[in-house]
Amino acid sequence: MGVMTEGKITDINELKRIAKNVRINILHMLTLAGSGHTGGSLSAADVAVAIYFSRMKFNPGDPSWEERDRFVLSKGHAAPLIYAIMAEAGYFREDTIETLRKTGSPLQGHPCSALLPGIEISTGSLGQGLSVANGMALGLRLDGNPARVYCIMGDGEVQEGQVWEAAMTAAHYKIDNICAVVDNNGLQIDGPVEKVMGIEPLHDKWAAFGWHVMDIDGHNMQEILDALGEAETVKGRPSIIIANTTKGKGVSFFENKVEYHGVAPTREEFDRAVKEIHND
Amino acid sequence: MTELQNTRQEAQNPVQAHSGHITEKKPKATRDAYGETLLELGKRRPDIVALDADLSGSTKTAKFAREFPDRFFNMGVAEQDMIGTAAGLALTGKVPFASTFAVFETGRAWDQIRLAVCYSNTNVKLVATHGGITVGEDGASHQALEDIALMRALPNMMVIVPADASETASAISAVADHKGPVYVRLGRAKVPYVMPDDYTFTPGKAFVFHIGKDVTIIAAGIMVDIAQKAAEILAGEGIDAGVVNMSTIKPLDEETLLRVAETSGLIVTAEEHSVIGGLGGSVCEFLSENHPVTVRRIGVRDTFGCSGSPGDLLKRYGLTAGDIVETVKNSI
Ligand SMILES: Cc1ncc(C[n+]2csc(CCOP(=O)(O)OP(=O)(O)O)c2C)c(N)n1
Ligand SMILES: [Mg+2]
Repeated sequence: MGVMTEGKITDINELKRIAKNVRINILHMLTLAGSGHTGGSLSAADVAVAIYFSRMKFNPGDPSWEERDRFVLSKGHAAPLIYAIMAEAGYFREDTIETLRKTGSPLQGHPCSALLPGIEISTGSLGQGLSVANGMALGLRLDGNPARVYCIMGDGEVQEGQVWEAAMTAAHYKIDNICAVVDNNGLQIDGPVEKVMGIEPLHDKWAAFGWHVMDIDGHNMQEILDALGEAETVKGRPSIIIANTTKGKGVSFFENKVEYHGVAPTREEFDRAVKEIHND
Repeated sequence: MTELQNTRQEAQNPVQAHSGHITEKKPKATRDAYGETLLELGKRRPDIVALDADLSGSTKTAKFAREFPDRFFNMGVAEQDMIGTAAGLALTGKVPFASTFAVFETGRAWDQIRLAVCYSNTNVKLVATHGGITVGEDGASHQALEDIALMRALPNMMVIVPADASETASAISAVADHKGPVYVRLGRAKVPYVMPDDYTFTPGKAFVFHIGKDVTIIAAGIMVDIAQKAAEILAGEGIDAGVVNMSTIKPLDEETLLRVAETSGLIVTAEEHSVIGGLGGSVCEFLSENHPVTVRRIGVRDTFGCSGSPGDLLKRYGLTAGDIVETVKNSI
């Protein structure tokens, strides 16, 4: 907990500890809600934790602070992930996560910027976040504001045409204050991405669109930190991290299971999962 | 380019007796007024930015682009990305005006408008040109007849359809000051001036030319001029017909509507749009719940348009002063 405006965390073990906590909170809120997206929240957890706690400037006490870095969860169904991170960062009391998906809660099934300060833009209809991130990056640049913009997309999500429209835009306008991430977990709802609608060669596609592309193990904290650092040094073009991840990461019986895309843990699964995460 | 003015035989006197003074001016397209006003606003307001999707010459954002290249973003033929980018710009405090043809602006990017603009309540101004049947020769693919319905259904969205170039200029300035999503529908063809010189647009406020004892025509866009011509013809036949310019279709000016319904036994709505879900739909929805009176809707009757001159198309789809007159006489 704390105001994350300076003194970013670079200690790998501390980041891993936060990621464990975030995973447990994701599972906790999903279990209480009884519905929601487990697999994709867990797969992107390490990258999102690293972005928030090792790089981003923000102030939970003043969510619209002008100098903050911006984060867009384009894959909005991973809402539990961003809520767990926001709870960790101190945007709201940790027990707020128990209201996930309940009537009247600011923690909607998919992120809602009008209800939850700290969420920059509402998402949930896939494919839209990168465009919004570009717009923010352009606006910041016009103002001479050095803040940066982060955007996490799913690998199924990049099947949306709008993603490639936005990919062109970022390169055309030489937007270098953006760092996008593809959570490359290999699965979408109807099965493996390569079976449903192949996206490979993903690296080459982004490179051909004019992006600086970095392929990493999206669960290796050191690799994540290195890539995020590298992105800040790239000038004149946008950067993207292809984070190779495991859907359901951290809980053996959820890992690589297409069924756990949109299913919450049962109480019993939750207990077993927490034990696994603690013992890891 | 065919001018609407030339196609209306009934057009005798563009000046309405019961309105304030209107200086005689040559008809002008609302999109031209948009381009000029946006440029002027741009000079005064550094927070205004503009986006277009490869139609800046037609939507007239090109004027702004030439003067302020750093604040203009041509997004290429990519309307969905344009709307998302506009939302992002709005989130950094800019006031983005995003323009393309009405069909593409509202249809191609509806889900983006719904989520990134309306649900997120971002301060994005959607100003679309080429609304309605008077797009003309390009045909149905380019004639937006459903755009008002699409935009009106979205929470947080304001919907404005100016009647002439002067109201457009006034509305665009008001829109720049208004906080929140707005859809402004403009046209391709030139339209006569109908609003009095001293008129200024106020969001949500209809302009009453006259409330008729027998009938009042509630119109928007180019149909305001046509409704006035119809009212003159009706007056000649002893029928007291009023005209109201309902330029803000959402939020509807309910107070004025109630006033009209209390006086006029018959209301006719007139719009260059489908009779489903637009101005006529709004008026019927409100009056049926609050003050039921007979309403007849002039508009395109659940069909697509086709190629032709604007004047021919207005006739073909029943949008002339003669059509309004006939509808009134059949309903009184
Ligand atoms: C435009 C749109 N179409 C469909 C959906 C339904 N949907 C939710 S998640 C999802 C699959 C996404 O797969 P991926 O991007 O790989 O997400 P992840 O594996 O990270 O959960 C789909 C189709 C949606 N939310 N938005
Ligand atoms: Mg996936």
